[in-house]
Amino acid sequence: MKKLSPQKIALALAAPLAAAVVSIFVSSLAVLASHKSPFNAYTTMWEFGTQGGSLMEVLNTATPYYIAAIAIAVTFRAGLFNIGVEGQLRLGALFSAYIGAMFTLPPVLHVLAVFIVAMTIGGIWASIAAYLKVKRGVNEVISTIMLNSLAVGVTSFLFSKYFAVITEGSNNLATKELPKSAWFPDLVPLLTKLGVPEQPGGSVNGMLLIAIALGFIFWFVVNRTRFGFELRASGANPIAARVSGVNSKKMTFIALVISGAIAGLSGLPAVLGETHSYNMGFRSGIGFSAIAVALLGRNSAGGMAFSALLFGFLEVSSRALELIDIAPETYVIMQGSILLSSVIAYEVVRRFKLTLQSKELAKVVSA
Amino acid sequence: MKTKTTKLLLNATYLLLLISIIRLITGATDLTSVGTASAALLLSVPIILAGLGGLFSERAGVVNIGLEGMMILGAWAGGFVGSKHGPWLGLIAAVVFGAVGALLHAIATISFGVDHVVSGVAINIMAAGLVRYLSTILYQGGSWPGPSQSPDVKGISLNGLPVLSGGHYFGWQSPDLLTPIAEKHWFLVSDLIGIIRGITGDLSYVTLVAVLFIPLSFFILWKTSFGLRLRSAGEAPVAAESLGVNVYAMKYAGVLISGGLAGLGGGFLAIVAANHYQENQVAGRGYIGLAALLFGNYRPGGILAGAALFGFADALQLRDSASIHALILLIVAILAYLVFRDVKRGKMLSASISAVMAGASVWFFFAVQELPGQLVTMTPYIATLLVMSLASQRLRMPAADGMPYRRGGLR
Repeated sequence: MKKLSPQKIALALAAPLAAAVVSIFVSSLAVLASHKSPFNAYTTMWEFGTQGGSLMEVLNTATPYYIAAIAIAVTFRAGLFNIGVEGQLRLGALFSAYIGAMFTLPPVLHVLAVFIVAMTIGGIWASIAAYLKVKRGVNEVISTIMLNSLAVGVTSFLFSKYFAVITEGSNNLATKELPKSAWFPDLVPLLTKLGVPEQPGGSVNGMLLIAIALGFIFWFVVNRTRFGFELRASGANPIAARVSGVNSKKMTFIALVISGAIAGLSGLPAVLGETHSYNMGFRSGIGFSAIAVALLGRNSAGGMAFSALLFGFLEVSSRALELIDIAPETYVIMQGSILLSSVIAYEVVRRFKLTLQSKELAKVVSA
Repeated sequence: MKTKTTKLLLNATYLLLLISIIRLITGATDLTSVGTASAALLLSVPIILAGLGGLFSERAGVVNIGLEGMMILGAWAGGFVGSKHGPWLGLIAAVVFGAVGALLHAIATISFGVDHVVSGVAINIMAAGLVRYLSTILYQGGSWPGPSQSPDVKGISLNGLPVLSGGHYFGWQSPDLLTPIAEKHWFLVSDLIGIIRGITGDLSYVTLVAVLFIPLSFFILWKTSFGLRLRSAGEAPVAAESLGVNVYAMKYAGVLISGGLAGLGGGFLAIVAANHYQENQVAGRGYIGLAALLFGNYRPGGILAGAALFGFADALQLRDSASIHALILLIVAILAYLVFRDVKRGKMLSASISAVMAGASVWFFFAVQELPGQLVTMTPYIATLLVMSLASQRLRMPAADGMPYRRGGLR
């Protein structure tokens, strides 16, 4: 067993603490710049954000972030970077809403079918970048960014030309509504049974459970299976991996396609749980926030869960800032400064640990 | 060296010939019109600047995905300062803001050794958030017309080549001899003249400066001792250190210059290409600049070629969709060439894939008379992907590009 010395605990806490201090400092500056009191802002956010209804909203915001962050983390562990989650999830959401509404199946099967559609579409879209990377050596960061822009064009074209129908009595353009069998149940009834007090107008997207399950699967596959080992090996040291029999090109391809498939799922909380169709108001930017969530969570299942919740909390609770005349966009500053300072802080701590280790080693050797 | 130049000229001639033929067949006169060429130059300038920015950074060994964020900062500063104090101060502010973004990137990657791509992406996210926050505050304060738009910036005056392309010098309005020839639509002649008139007339002074940065960058990086040291930091930092080069300083210089150029590119978008800052104005041009850098094999001339290509695609999609429709024939021609090449080399599989794609393109050309707007706007991104996939094989990046470096070789 590893021993927990005070030094180790201090080191583990140092990076998050330093990042928190820096980001509070930076966002306080931002609030001060608009001639308002930062302290007032934080207490308002805390009071609003910890109410029951807001906490449910936090979970709903965090769910797609978490799923999309897992998609990014899969590529990160393989030494790649899929920035194209935004495009993959958008296409996945559009096609799953469109195809899912074309048929009816028994409840659970229908949802599964929609899942398969979303994952297939996301995977296919990501496979373009995977093919270009493996066969043509195109940097996947650039190709996935380009594919994002393409996905926006393709979805808006398909949506407005072929997939959308105008529902009577409203001028909101949307795909045909999914049959009830494809709706993902809300968790509120379940929570009330468990003793959580009901909130007026509150809902908890059932996809939360899928997100949690995905988190476990991600953790297990990456850390406890041969496949996960090969994935990490091809990311950590492609040459060593090749020498020990890992086909790193194959791993690159698989990692990007799996990532795209998971990314496809991250559009579903909205489609299956909230709007039950793909409409004009489909939330954009999930894929980009998820990059920050994955980086902040260090690509570990637990870390990303924490950072997804943190991002969700900041986003939801900052809505209250409008009441005291502060721009709610302050949360973007908070998220950005947390991200950048934590990325730096972790690297500093990692280096510090290395120095400590080599000093200890020197002691042992000289003794 | 001479053969290389002639080969380049020959290829350019072939391309022009091909485009002239396509223009004749389809009647898409805008393919080589003065307006298109002029817009293409205007739109390639931000990409040139971003690409040169990437060049300085990556030659010093720091991968700079953060170009996009630095351009966003520059565009915002251009709109903010430019609308208050005039376009020239706006451009200076754009350079400064871009450099501030770059300073963050430099501190994170060089001093703290953070992964370059991670830091760059973090900067992109942060820059987009920061300008959105600041714009909202300015809008709420009443000084901006919208939460995503700055007030108008005064334009920078235009000029052109004397005698041939109009322009004005000391109160004398020069004649414009080329435009009438371009408008005659003579095969090949009008095409060539149209392009020349487009890129030599009605130029903003900033465009001129930006284009001059290309030879200047070449000179600085390859003909001065500063450039040699900077490149040595990107190729073999440990060896450079042993020869007394301050590698940290070189990397900082490279990244800061990079940010300044990217910021200028952003400011150009806000002040010259448009007349105010607008959210999402940069729209991935930082990444496209990076693509142009890769396509151009980390050389200034190559960046120009890449940027011109993207600028052309962008100009066409902005001007009219009939030309984009005509461009499908260009894709067919390129695919036909690939089929021919692969058959000669005996690669039947890839030849048949190209042939199928060529067939599909021909079918698409005849099946669709006019491309819908959403698809037309995708042209620059498709061009980027196509070009990257054709060019990526023969690239040679700086040897230590993207590697963390510690003085004394410590990890």
